Amino acid sequence: MSVAIEFKNVSKKFDKANYNAVDDISFTVNEGELVTILGSSGSGKTTLLRLTNRLIDPDKGEIILFGENIKTVDVIKVRRRIGYVIQQIGLFPHMNIKENISVVCKLMKWEESRIDARVDELLNLVGLDPKEYKYRFPKQLSGGQQQRIGLARALAIDPKIMLLDEPFGAIDSITRLKLQDELLSIHGGLKKTFLFVTHDIEEAFKMGNRVMIMNEGKIIQFDTPENIIKNPKDEFVKTLMNSAKEKTKLWEKYI
Amino acid sequence: MIIYFLKYYDKLLIALLEHLEIVLITIIISLILAMILTVFVQLSKIISTILTGFFSMIYSIPSLALFSLLIPITGLGKDTAIIVLVLYNQYILLRNFIAGLDNVDENIIEAAKGMGMSNMQMLIKVKIPLAKKSLFTGIRLAVVSTIGIATIGALINAGGLGTILFDGLRTMNVNKILWGSILSAGLALFADKILQKIENKSF
Ligand SMILES: Nc1ncnc2c1ncn2[C@@H]1O[C@H](COP(=O)(O)OP(=O)(O)O)[C@@H](O)[C@H]1O
Ligand SMILES: [Mg+2]
Repeated sequence: MSVAIEFKNVSKKFDKANYNAVDDISFTVNEGELVTILGSSGSGKTTLLRLTNRLIDPDKGEIILFGENIKTVDVIKVRRRIGYVIQQIGLFPHMNIKENISVVCKLMKWEESRIDARVDELLNLVGLDPKEYKYRFPKQLSGGQQQRIGLARALAIDPKIMLLDEPFGAIDSITRLKLQDELLSIHGGLKKTFLFVTHDIEEAFKMGNRVMIMNEGKIIQFDTPENIIKNPKDEFVKTLMNSAKEKTKLWEKYI
Repeated sequence: MIIYFLKYYDKLLIALLEHLEIVLITIIISLILAMILTVFVQLSKIISTILTGFFSMIYSIPSLALFSLLIPITGLGKDTAIIVLVLYNQYILLRNFIAGLDNVDENIIEAAKGMGMSNMQMLIKVKIPLAKKSLFTGIRLAVVSTIGIATIGALINAGGLGTILFDGLRTMNVNKILWGSILSAGLALFADKILQKIENKSF
């Protein structure tokens, strides 16, 4: 199994901040894994993703994707090899769904017939009927549908790595559960490496082959859900587990 | 008044056409220059501050004073008027262009960058279409203000509707003053309406 993503002692401090947003982080992710990154707001999750696709560069350390130090690769090339989905989705409001999904295909001068086929394929993959949705505009879709388009757009040119930053954060819980299952089956079918950021503990443990728990820019524990639950590494992780258990107790009380 | 028009319509028409010529040349040069400067401004924050500072300073100089400042260098006539008008327009256009482009939702920019668009691709495919409203506001303001200020160009022999207006003022001829004003205001209104139509049709 080859290593898809490797961080070696990576730190990033933003201008004017007096702490590292990402603080001396090292880890490896194997090809095909779905890793969830769990942490409270401000713990450095988004920063970690944006370092991976060179939206920002680290102050210290090395980031290696499939054996290649990304510092030596042109930023545009790095980003095109990686799919990126953000919580706010960021669809282009002036383009229809087909145009949104195929922006990068167009930049890469794909033929129209190939673009058309790819858009249909992706819409089917994310569970939206191409005939119905291809020529709609983003504002004519629900939040859940928009996020499906965000996912389709990120998958357009078949990147080997997908970065998902709280993609379901603003979506109602029923749709969210559905999208989680769909994403799992998409991941299973595609053999891509996923880094999936969330601050929802159930989501992190349900989705991840391994879960990376972050706090204040550091990785506290990075292991399979089972191992973390059996052996929480420190007080912070224990507190996190307990908060999840509290929630289930609420339900058990009335059943 | 009507009689005056019927008698001197050829003179009025020539002044109007001259005016139109100055305005058209000014706007074309202004737009090309403003676009180039806007692209530069996208490259660096410092360039942006320097350029907007420079043009806002120029904009604050009264037009007559600016005309007089340039006469020793570029002489009397149309060219000097056009240079002054282009300089004024840079302030109006740059301000609106920059504000429009900077106001595009940062999440959309983040997504565009993340998918590997170059700065130029992002500008053309994303920022400009989404900043359309501000861009057109700038252009419309520039056109209307050019039509107005161009009348003052008559004082340095640039020709145009200002000639009629200032002739009228000098000789206290009400008809001339009225026709000079009506044609210049009418031209401004007409140009604004046309641009509005174009704005609604485009993209
Ligand atoms: N562009 C930025 N400029 C300055 N500080 C930032 C920027 N982005 C994030 N930060 C800071 O870095 C820390 C980590 O942020 P972030 O990675 O967004 O956390 P998370 O995604 O886990 O909520 C926070 O303290 C945040 O305020
Ligand atoms: Mg975040």
